[in-house]
Amino acid sequence: MTKTLQAFLTASLLGAGLTSMAGQAATLNVPCTTGTGFKQCEALAQAWAESSGNSINIVTVPFSSTDKLALYQQILSSKSADLDVFDVDVVWPGILGAHFADLSPYTQGVEKEHFQAIIANNRYKGKLVAMPAYTDAPVLYYRKDLLEKYGEPVPTTWQGMSDSAKRIQEQERAAGNDKMWGYVFQGKAYEGLTCNVLEWIDSFGGGTLVEFDGEISVNNPKSAAALDLAASWVGSITPQGVLNYDEEGARRVFQSGNAVFMRNWPYAWALANGDESVIKSKVGIVPLPMGPNGQHSATLGGWQYAVSKYSENVEAAADYVMYVTSAKAQKQNALLNGYLPTIVSLYEDEEVLAANPFFAYMRATLEESVARPSTVTGEKYNQVSNEFWNAAHRVLSGKSSGAESVAELEHKLKRIRGRRW
Amino acid sequence: MDISTVSGPQARTLPVSRSPRGAQQGKKTTGLSGFSRQRIRTAWLFLLPMILGLACVAGWPLLRTFYLGFTDSSLSNLDGANFIGFENYLVYDQGEWYGILADSLWWRAVGNTVYITLLSVSLETVLGVLVALILHAKFPGRGLVRAAILIPWAIPTVVSAKMWGWMLHDQYGVINDLLMSLHLISSPVAWTVNPDTVLGTIVAVDVWKTTPFMALLTLAALQMLPKDCYEAARVDGIHPIKVFFKVTLPLIKPALVVAVVFRMLDALRIFDLIYILTSNSEDTMSISIYARQQLIDFQQVGYGSAASTLVFLLVFGLTLGYIFATRLKFDGSGDH
Repeated sequence: MTKTLQAFLTASLLGAGLTSMAGQAATLNVPCTTGTGFKQCEALAQAWAESSGNSINIVTVPFSSTDKLALYQQILSSKSADLDVFDVDVVWPGILGAHFADLSPYTQGVEKEHFQAIIANNRYKGKLVAMPAYTDAPVLYYRKDLLEKYGEPVPTTWQGMSDSAKRIQEQERAAGNDKMWGYVFQGKAYEGLTCNVLEWIDSFGGGTLVEFDGEISVNNPKSAAALDLAASWVGSITPQGVLNYDEEGARRVFQSGNAVFMRNWPYAWALANGDESVIKSKVGIVPLPMGPNGQHSATLGGWQYAVSKYSENVEAAADYVMYVTSAKAQKQNALLNGYLPTIVSLYEDEEVLAANPFFAYMRATLEESVARPSTVTGEKYNQVSNEFWNAAHRVLSGKSSGAESVAELEHKLKRIRGRRW
Repeated sequence: MDISTVSGPQARTLPVSRSPRGAQQGKKTTGLSGFSRQRIRTAWLFLLPMILGLACVAGWPLLRTFYLGFTDSSLSNLDGANFIGFENYLVYDQGEWYGILADSLWWRAVGNTVYITLLSVSLETVLGVLVALILHAKFPGRGLVRAAILIPWAIPTVVSAKMWGWMLHDQYGVINDLLMSLHLISSPVAWTVNPDTVLGTIVAVDVWKTTPFMALLTLAALQMLPKDCYEAARVDGIHPIKVFFKVTLPLIKPALVVAVVFRMLDALRIFDLIYILTSNSEDTMSISIYARQQLIDFQQVGYGSAASTLVFLLVFGLTLGYIFATRLKFDGSGDH
């Protein structure tokens, strides 16, 4: 008995000692997403730990944003301190904002250097709950060599893109390259499909699904026409498997040289031009094609960092967030990974532009970008997005026409809305 | 918890009403002897920790899920929930029905789940018995084959589902490559996407994974069979196929029925395999996937709990129906 008591006392004393030490050097649990950005994320976190004298514990989190959100919701709703810092998709501040600490006491005004639209998006009930690390707007990747070989122009409209894709695919296949496809995108039933479909519909002039005033606008002939055009790709210029592709699924097909065009985020640029890539320096980037009325559209993406208000080390965590979203970190991310900075002045930085020549016009694309209706729909955004991608998925898999699908979608969205969003 | 309150008074009243000797004397007149009473008490005492444990890890979450199903709580607001009665299940508001029972997707999920369960459990049973019969025969290297056949069952479902996801991939999957080089298909099939193939694909992977389980249980039953029936059949010159249907099958049926119950319970709750292969796609949504999506993705803890309650009732009801239909008895006294 006395031995047990002794052991107990020692343990509690030891524990008390450890807790008192935590005031000086904290151990933070920070997330790094599995996949291509992991190394860079890990290196940045180590650099912070060394410079600040704290230590970090890297938690690997899923690549799919849907899976990641589900994980974070479970951690946050149980008020757990398993993660001190969270990486937050641009549509999440409205969903998770209640669980995050206000960062404004720690920013010392640097938020003024970022794109103001993104900072506004990161406010939840007046609090600044997240700092942007990079922004994202999708682009059209194309194979320069194939377009030159067959004398096709760089497409500017969706119709033009599908016509050239079809011609190149046919000729390449006739030449024996029977794995060649015209166009790959993200068609799996997940958030990525919502982004793709929003671009088609918005560039066709069909609105943004739910407008700023809460009106459900998707049931119109332009939306239906956009969906019908996309459905005509599947099975002809796009493999049917696209209905299960996410960003990486599409990139693997494109990067193994088996697709002429790809819609993807800028992160794929550095990888497609990597030393191991078979399409190195054969790739070009342009803004996504326009609809019939000459309108470009690109879904605003991007990631932010937030601090859990259940963290035991809010101050250290806020310091970490400020470090990984600083101009220095963003520049490094732009040089190494091709991530788009959220700090305006970096778009004039010569080193950044030399590494990513396409950044010069990305600023314009970012200004034209369309936001997903996450602010107006708030906590119901996930349900709205889920109905949206399912409606699109039904059209893409040929189970319903564009017009039927958007009418059904309108009905479902009204049910989700109830009396108000 | 109620067990302790029931056994408590018994334990206290016994010594008061009768002296220990009196209890021993009365053992011929009362139905239960003092000795067996004591044994029953001891049995309850031994069971108590397990019952308490079960109440904590199974009873409490289950009751809480039932309760949450009658509230409007959400993930961001777990504490401030209101009691809303059966509104999560079914409610009529402004000329429309709302709630799970009015959701066509729920009924689709029920249909998918029942389809997958029926098809995959039947196939597994047939294949499992076949495999067990083969493994029951004596041949060199039998131990090795018996161990090898368990591999699909031993791999965690998440891993095997991911593995199958790659093998079934439309662009670089080995299955398409194989079928193409055998000239069975002319162009790659997107197995996990095509609405015509996707449910069949899931059933196939599930069968691959769980046939070893059925085989193992059947094999155990086969090894318990008395040898004399077979000797008699051999002496009488009965055809082996007839022996199988007239002797082996009736004898292993009790074990088979139990194995099917286990598999049915599992298959009705199918989640990980579908979630990895096709995520939340409506084509393959099972009732568990539906409940998880409402609860986690849509943050509707109340609605999701109501769906989980329905999952529980459905699985419970179907299993009970099956046990009743097969007149399975768990006390070991039944013959079938």
